[in-house]
Amino acid sequence: MVPLSWYLGVGAVLFALSVIGIFLNRRNLIVLLMAIELMLLAVNINFVAFSHYLGDLHGQVFVFFILTVAAAEAAIGLAILVVLFRNLSTVAVDRLDALKG
Amino acid sequence: MNAEHLLFWIFSAILLVAAFRVVTARNPVHAVLFLVLAFFSTSCLWMLLRAEFLALALVLVYVGAVMVLFLFVVMMLDINIDRLRQGFWRHFPLGALVGVLIALQLWAVLSHGPWQAAFAAGTAANGATSNITALGLLTFSDYAYPLQVAGVILLVAIVAAIALTLRRRKDTKQQRPSEQVRVRRNERVRMVAIANDAEGRQDARQG
Repeated sequence: MVPLSWYLGVGAVLFALSVIGIFLNRRNLIVLLMAIELMLLAVNINFVAFSHYLGDLHGQVFVFFILTVAAAEAAIGLAILVVLFRNLSTVAVDRLDALKG
Repeated sequence: MNAEHLLFWIFSAILLVAAFRVVTARNPVHAVLFLVLAFFSTSCLWMLLRAEFLALALVLVYVGAVMVLFLFVVMMLDINIDRLRQGFWRHFPLGALVGVLIALQLWAVLSHGPWQAAFAAGTAANGATSNITALGLLTFSDYAYPLQVAGVILLVAIVAAIALTLRRRKDTKQQRPSEQVRVRRNERVRMVAIANDAEGRQDARQG
């Protein structure tokens, strides 16, 4: 039987990889969205692993809801991306300076 | 080292390599395809954890719907990659430092806590009821109300995505049924009185 800590290790490394991805692709909005998806995936792996090793199904129900919210987030994020590209002809984050922030 | 360990290592290795390629791929289309690979191997890992419903839902919903949406958007936009890749590796040392710190923290907190003994027995899911039966019973009894809220969230997402991207161009030709049914005869037919004289007939013959 695979120990729980191995799954937690995979989740931790996956989360760290997506953090590195956010640092690397700080201009490309599409890859930023993908890195967020990877982060949610790492969290879900932890949830499923804990759920299995505790013998408690509530964790899997929670993963189900996280998947729902992540799908909604991806849809709205991509819609915003399309509108952004229509207006600016680029997806570079550093061009989002209309508010002078 | 039994077969389960071997499968775990294979799927985790594929998952981590794919995740690394997602964030470093030059072409966004390749990044999306590597993300699909990462989701597939995660689904296999969840199968090892006997979470069959979530594993299949991940493949069907995520790979089948969300990733296709990503792929559509990436292919639809004409992105200048070279400009986006300027100074790509400049912040890599900082990012790697933060990433390693986060991974070590998670590992230290989650793997070496005193509560680790609670999981040592490995209370595996009993085979009496299947995973999907137990999950369905739980979802539609204890979580019936949150399930409705999740449905409302999806509905709001649909409406928001359509409202954001819907664009009415001025030069498109479209029907307005509400005006079509309210039309009156005088707006469509015009009675013209034509003079019946010899001069007019002569002009028509020559022309």
